[in-house]
Amino acid sequence: MTDTDITPGDVPGATAPVPRKSFREARRMIRTYSRSFSSMLGLALVTLFLFVAVFGPWLAPFPEDAYGAVNFDIKLQPPSAEHWFGTDQVGSDILSRVLIGARTTLQIGLTVTGIAILIGVPLGLIAGMVGGWIAETIMRITDIFLSIPGLILAIAIVGALGPGILNAMLALSLVWWPGYVRLVQAKTLSLRNETYVDAARALGAGPFRVLFVHVLPNCLSPIVVKASMDMGMAILGAASLGFLGLGAQPPYPEWGAMISTGRAYLPDWWWCSFFPGIAIYLTVLGFNLLGDGLRDVLDPRQR
Amino acid sequence: MLEIENLKVHFPLPSGQTVRAVDGLTLKIAPGETMGLVGESGSGKSTVGKAALRLVDSTSGVIRIGDLDVTKARGRQMRKLRSRAQMVFQDPHSSLNPRMTIRRAVAEGLILNTSLRGKALRDKVAEMLEAMGLPAQFHDRFPHELSGGQKQRVCIARALALDPELLVLDEPTSALDVSVQAQILRVLRSLHEARPELTQLFISHNLAVVRFLCQSVAVMYLGRIVEMGPVDRVFDAPSHPYTKALLSAVPVPEATRRPDRIRLQGDIPSPTALPTGCAFHTRCPIAKKDVCNVQEPPRIELQDGRLVRCHFALGSAPE
Repeated sequence: MTDTDITPGDVPGATAPVPRKSFREARRMIRTYSRSFSSMLGLALVTLFLFVAVFGPWLAPFPEDAYGAVNFDIKLQPPSAEHWFGTDQVGSDILSRVLIGARTTLQIGLTVTGIAILIGVPLGLIAGMVGGWIAETIMRITDIFLSIPGLILAIAIVGALGPGILNAMLALSLVWWPGYVRLVQAKTLSLRNETYVDAARALGAGPFRVLFVHVLPNCLSPIVVKASMDMGMAILGAASLGFLGLGAQPPYPEWGAMISTGRAYLPDWWWCSFFPGIAIYLTVLGFNLLGDGLRDVLDPRQR
Repeated sequence: MLEIENLKVHFPLPSGQTVRAVDGLTLKIAPGETMGLVGESGSGKSTVGKAALRLVDSTSGVIRIGDLDVTKARGRQMRKLRSRAQMVFQDPHSSLNPRMTIRRAVAEGLILNTSLRGKALRDKVAEMLEAMGLPAQFHDRFPHELSGGQKQRVCIARALALDPELLVLDEPTSALDVSVQAQILRVLRSLHEARPELTQLFISHNLAVVRFLCQSVAVMYLGRIVEMGPVDRVFDAPSHPYTKALLSAVPVPEATRRPDRIRLQGDIPSPTALPTGCAFHTRCPIAKKDVCNVQEPPRIELQDGRLVRCHFALGSAPE
């Protein structure tokens, strides 16, 4: 599932000397990555999650249950051959809701991390390259955001905007970017003084070329690693908001909201919150292990 | 070819002090000449090289490369400077972008400064790398796949790709193993024959290397030149006490101790607080009270064309 679908994609279509190089690089990376069991487990979990997110509606045995179908005659049934994960208080199939909820979760993770990167990376680059009062302003605002616990601030923002999945994503994005500013600014500061940046300037590279050709590509590895870990953390954050009733609203199939509704039926009807909980646990674990593995592969000190 | 007049490069510190890295330096290199610039760490050697390429801005003074005024260059003139003067840096491990193949690294300057593209560009890059002894199988490798000596040869190829008239070499061998140093020195030596018109400023603290490669030498102390002249004259009959001390610090493979060795006491003074008078008087073995710590020494031209900044250069050394 892993080794085969990355390498061949790079090879055809490129011009003469390029494929050999990228092929060799890719093979080296795959070798480093697959050496670690936990990284492979992370990749497996993330792949499973992505597969479910894409094909969830077709995999679910009772897809209509995810969108508010009500069958009171089969409510709160334990896991069985027909309902693998059991049914909830309105008789919806929990397996179907978990499978279809994966897509929402993926959407949350991608949106929150994506917006955080879009805000944080440019600000970090500016702060690192420009210096002076502009950098000072950016970094102090970042510090203010970092000094407030992210989830508390997100709760405040959702509280002001009103509960809902979109507002929850917006709130999480707004509290997520400072980490990227810090990361990219620190990396840019150290790269700016590298000799190869001086060499590029001596060759006539202007500030934009230095930034996009010499600094940004060398910042990419830590950004990718942080992003893959943040996917997990953002999912957890959205689930927390959902659990507090500030994120997705029932009967919308979101894992955090499902745990929240299931909580009232603990401990006798444990499956109502257990299975969405396991789904969150495995997904977050998967993204964290994947991030760890990517760090090992992309860390230049390995080279 | 390269003319530097009364160059000053000062860096302000957050504490309000000023680092006087280069403080009133004047030197001139003739076309095709290789000049060595020697001195202790912290004497401002590298800053001179970087200022000559406008990698650091100079505080005052004039730097001319041919007819081009480096300190005032803007826009088009800056572009002209890039193809006139190039630099090889001290540490080859950090002077190549780790995400670029060496082919890309050498092509960078050509893409930025010439209209060479496509096959012509590839051919030029290959030619430059092969001239440095790096055959085709290396061209698509990344810097981390090369040895230090190979990386430094890539850096030299990158600098020479633009056919510069001035090449600044900032301690190009000091980050390398001894065996690899010899290899780079041979490459640089062969450059004299391959490009006799190339003017070189060779920054080093290794006197033997300077003697091997350079025709003239300038000795720097605390941002100024204390002695400058042809290599054999300066090294065989040093006139400034600092040059004498530097030369006598070179280890010699002899069993007996040299009784005339001059040992300098203490460290080089901080460039934030330069001594008054002659900057060297705090460590000078022949310094005379009320002269050296008060008056700045004049530039004295000796009969063999050497320039010396010492009150006693003409022989009136005190007892």
